[in-house]
Amino acid sequence: MASVTSNTSAIAGAGNRSATLPITRIEPQHGSFSLRLAELWNYRELLYFFVWRDVKIRYKQTAIGVVWVVLQPLLTMLVFTLFFGKLARMPSQGLPYPVFYFAAVVPWMYFSVALVTATNVVVEHQRMITKVFFPRLILPFSAVLSGLVDFAIGFVVLMIFTLSYGIRPTVSVLLLPLFLVLAVLTALGIGLWLSALNALYRDVRYLIPFLVQFWMLASPVAYPSSMVPERFRWIYGLNPMAGVIEGFRWALTGKGQAPGSVLIASVTMVCLTALGGLLFFNRMEGSIADRV
Amino acid sequence: MSITAIRAENISKRYRRGMVGTSGLLRDTLAQALREPHRFLRRDRQENFWALKGVSLEVREGEVLGLIGRNGSGKTTLLKILSRITRPTDGWAEIHGRVGSLLEVGTGFHPELTGRENTYLSGAILGMGKQEINRKFDEIVSFAELEQFIDTPVKHYSSGMYVRLAFAVAAHLEPEILLVDEVLAVGDIRFQKKCLGKMGDVARGGRTVILVSHQLTQIRRLCQRTVWLDGGAVRRVGSTAELVSAYEDDMTSNGVADARPVAGAAQFLRWQLSGRERTSEHILPSDDEATVSFLLRVNRPLKSVVHSINLYDQDRHLVWGNDYDAVTLEPGLYEMRHTIPTLPLRPGVYTWRVGVYEGGLPLDDWECVPQMHVTTLPVSHSRDDSAGVLNIPSELQIVPTCTPK
Repeated sequence: MASVTSNTSAIAGAGNRSATLPITRIEPQHGSFSLRLAELWNYRELLYFFVWRDVKIRYKQTAIGVVWVVLQPLLTMLVFTLFFGKLARMPSQGLPYPVFYFAAVVPWMYFSVALVTATNVVVEHQRMITKVFFPRLILPFSAVLSGLVDFAIGFVVLMIFTLSYGIRPTVSVLLLPLFLVLAVLTALGIGLWLSALNALYRDVRYLIPFLVQFWMLASPVAYPSSMVPERFRWIYGLNPMAGVIEGFRWALTGKGQAPGSVLIASVTMVCLTALGGLLFFNRMEGSIADRV
Repeated sequence: MSITAIRAENISKRYRRGMVGTSGLLRDTLAQALREPHRFLRRDRQENFWALKGVSLEVREGEVLGLIGRNGSGKTTLLKILSRITRPTDGWAEIHGRVGSLLEVGTGFHPELTGRENTYLSGAILGMGKQEINRKFDEIVSFAELEQFIDTPVKHYSSGMYVRLAFAVAAHLEPEILLVDEVLAVGDIRFQKKCLGKMGDVARGGRTVILVSHQLTQIRRLCQRTVWLDGGAVRRVGSTAELVSAYEDDMTSNGVADARPVAGAAQFLRWQLSGRERTSEHILPSDDEATVSFLLRVNRPLKSVVHSINLYDQDRHLVWGNDYDAVTLEPGLYEMRHTIPTLPLRPGVYTWRVGVYEGGLPLDDWECVPQMHVTTLPVSHSRDDSAGVLNIPSELQIVPTCTPK
């Protein structure tokens, strides 16, 4: 597509002005695969504006606002505690049921909301895409990043909650940011695939509720991964969210499943998915603009 | 010493409508792939449409270039390619400098945000940095005359206010190259004059501009050179004066417009007023029953499409419109004859606009040329701005009623 080079103009003696102008070359897509992260970096201010806009709108529209952000994971946690904990008596690796579930629900909600937002983001902006240029990558990136504000609020509540149960953070809490980064990368990787697919095939978004539902059951949200037999654990870890949820829970409380084969498999999957998603999205970008 | 700001060589753009019967739905695509795998892999050549074919041009730094042509001639597609919104299928272009593209007014505006917030958002989307917007903020707000309302959510704005703010943001873009697509026709007359003035400043300020407009007076006023696009190719390039005259002559000629792109499922060719006592095909002399016909060529079977008809006054306000659903046509030539019992319009110039829509997307959307001249005798003075659009006589009776004690 267009490559913006920072070469100076080839016309000698044309004056100082043209020596500093960016030269853009516009060409047909040659079927190449590219990451285009440099271009995204150039537009980081616009990315910030998109995230800022999403956050502002989210909090302007809901009447209950911040309360809802906290209420959702709390209610989910209550339901889990009652049915999976008290009634079904699932193992919880030495943690009180509410903490066990809450520590998983907060990152999980971030992931599922980011997924839904990312799936729809390109189609929602279809009018804008056809009227002005900006690197289309900004859209799935902003979708994934704007959920972090909700996550931050949920996390604060989670911290208070955990401390109130008398669980003191251990040194593992220093690894918490790493697991957050992993969660964001996972959302980004899957989000890139879904946003491109949904722009190409508009019925993809109807698959999402089912996908999220199924995915949650396949992740250690309502049960610990220790329930999975040792030799199958790496297969289980191919679900990138498995490593994220487990690791998050462990880092926060110091108890639960320490990172192991599950995490290694998850991290590998996340890297592959994110890379693949980036390449796929960039490859499809051209046809999206024409179809949308 | 003139530097080339924009250089385009052999730009072509093909829109592929995909295989016959694609609906853009995954389940259909999968089903088709399973049923007819060979078709899925082969590209069906019949569904191609070349919006641009071999367009080359060169724009010098500081030049204001006009781009004219009928609807569907590829003007917007060319601007989109130069703006990097879409890629060319063939050819290349080189651009020296930053590009600002104004293809619509209000890009990025969100109704829930305030005018202030939208100014920042829209400015950023159009390519201004935060610092730049900070610097120009007061200027933008005063140009839009919205000092009092800048912190109100935009959903509370009138359409006039909305458009003024949107234009004000866009007008303060200062890239080296500006690509403008018909944005100038916004707001009321007074604001339009202001916009034109600002655009004039931009044009004279040494910026390179490509201006697409149907309003030939603006093209004449602002552009030194003009390119005439027809059917996706450059028909003529030259000095604005002679080119625009040639274009106008072409527009008002009565022949079947072969110059309009033949590609596409359906296309309107010409229009006329018909019926008894017609002196001219494009002049409406009275508010009696009017029959207006549009010649439509249908190239492939159309099933359950929508035929729309709209009438605009010279300020581009929509005066009347109607839609007809469930129109089914086999390929051929049709006269779409609309009979309207009365068209009580004030004298002036009006534009018909007709369209054929399939599934919400336009197969053809034509702003008819030539325009229609209404020469009905006005019941109030024809220059009276407060008389409105309708030309309807009325009677006044003053009836005394009982006054309460």
